[in-house]
Amino acid sequence: MRTTLKGKTKEVIIDTEGPVIIIGECINPTRRKKLVATLEAHDFSYMLELAESQISALADVLDVNVGYPGVDDEVLLPQAVKALQERFDIPLCLDSPNPRAIEAALKVAEGKCLINSVNAEEASLQRLLPVAREYGAAIIGLVLDDDGITHDPEKRLRIAEKIIDRAVRAGIKEEDVIIDPLAMAVSADPDACRVTLETIRLVHDRLGHNITQGASNISFGLPDRENINNAYMAMSIMYGLTCPIANPEKITGLVRAADLVLARDDYAIRYIEHYQSNLKH
Amino acid sequence: MNQLLEKLSTCVEYGKVDLKSPYPPAMKDQEGAFELTRQALDAGISPGNILEEALIPAMSRVGQKFSRNEIFVPQMLMAAKAMSSSMIHITPYYLSGETKRRGTFIIGTVKGDLHDIGKNLVSMMIEGAGWEIIDLGVDVSTEKFIEAVGNHPGAVIGLSALLTTTMENMRRSVAELREKFPDLKILVGGAPVTAEFCHKIGADHYSPDPQGAVEYLKQLS
Repeated sequence: MRTTLKGKTKEVIIDTEGPVIIIGECINPTRRKKLVATLEAHDFSYMLELAESQISALADVLDVNVGYPGVDDEVLLPQAVKALQERFDIPLCLDSPNPRAIEAALKVAEGKCLINSVNAEEASLQRLLPVAREYGAAIIGLVLDDDGITHDPEKRLRIAEKIIDRAVRAGIKEEDVIIDPLAMAVSADPDACRVTLETIRLVHDRLGHNITQGASNISFGLPDRENINNAYMAMSIMYGLTCPIANPEKITGLVRAADLVLARDDYAIRYIEHYQSNLKH
Repeated sequence: MNQLLEKLSTCVEYGKVDLKSPYPPAMKDQEGAFELTRQALDAGISPGNILEEALIPAMSRVGQKFSRNEIFVPQMLMAAKAMSSSMIHITPYYLSGETKRRGTFIIGTVKGDLHDIGKNLVSMMIEGAGWEIIDLGVDVSTEKFIEAVGNHPGAVIGLSALLTTTMENMRRSVAELREKFPDLKILVGGAPVTAEFCHKIGADHYSPDPQGAVEYLKQLS
């Protein structure tokens, strides 16, 4: 299955057969005081710097989250989208829990964006699916519902099915639903990552949809976090993760290596491309 | 110190739950917090003494080591589990009123936020410091916070937020709590929260780690 996203003109195809597409996570106020300070002053220069460095680290799509107390993301998210699209031709992933901010951003965005995220809560489905359809956006379907978070992979699979079913009935193309299996910290629950890996496997094998996840936090509360993140990322890709939301400066090398060993990178072209682009920096 | 209490304290610190628990491997086949607490009570040591001399100091050491990055979340959870197994024997004395708690602490993760690890760690550490915990869970509305404070006069409250996008809900809940209960002590925490933000929204205390919350509560009780 192939999900196509689009910047102003540039198309990015996320294919369940790979290679892995990287959604850059860095435009996000968490632990980035400078981003908050500059956004509060309606100064987008630092945000554009973050975009630039992620693109040169081979991000394929950029996640855009400008939510922070005291900033009105209904105003700021569309402004951020415009500023990004004036400079860069890359698809965007609009990240906000506020549907009005998503809608306002879609109104001004060119191309085809990804919405981060819709979940199976009735309120979320009813509010966001029509918006996605109206603006022709793809969605990330996060596998939680009105009962909260389940730790049973089969139940997570059923929630994924429900989101896909409802999206299709709302007029969204099936391939435009990318599933997020909901990664959680392994420090608090030794089973947490296994549950998510199993969910990835089930969604990939039975539904055949593209799969994303923001997985930098699975290593919360443990030392040498990068080791854990890398092990988990490699296994997730093996099971069917196709478009992680991650920091490209840290993950691109690993992702390209994973594609190579899964025989998705003939002549190691993409792996070597990353190596050579690193030499230039 | 009494040898039994010293042993119990070590069990809690290193997360040795009971005799059959295989963790930590170095303490395999030894008695754990569960058995030793029973023995201490049977030997006539008061629940208050067990708390003050064994459990609370153990959890305090755990909190300090965690703050210094010497131990990590899993070890903290092991310690908390050992403490809980000890509390099985202590709780009846709380319920009968024979042993007093230091106070009541209400805690929850704010509306729209489903993260519970930080909240749970803080709960465990504050319980380990001798407080009663009212855990409201995650995705807690302002109304629920207000209702809980109304039901527990004199309680202290802690709010957790793990997302920059839910900090706004933290601000709202704190504002409404402050309006309803001007003297309420409000603690806030979570990855994106800062001392500056705490001050700005009118909360009383921010701590970057659970031990900081425990130290603050110590001054209150």
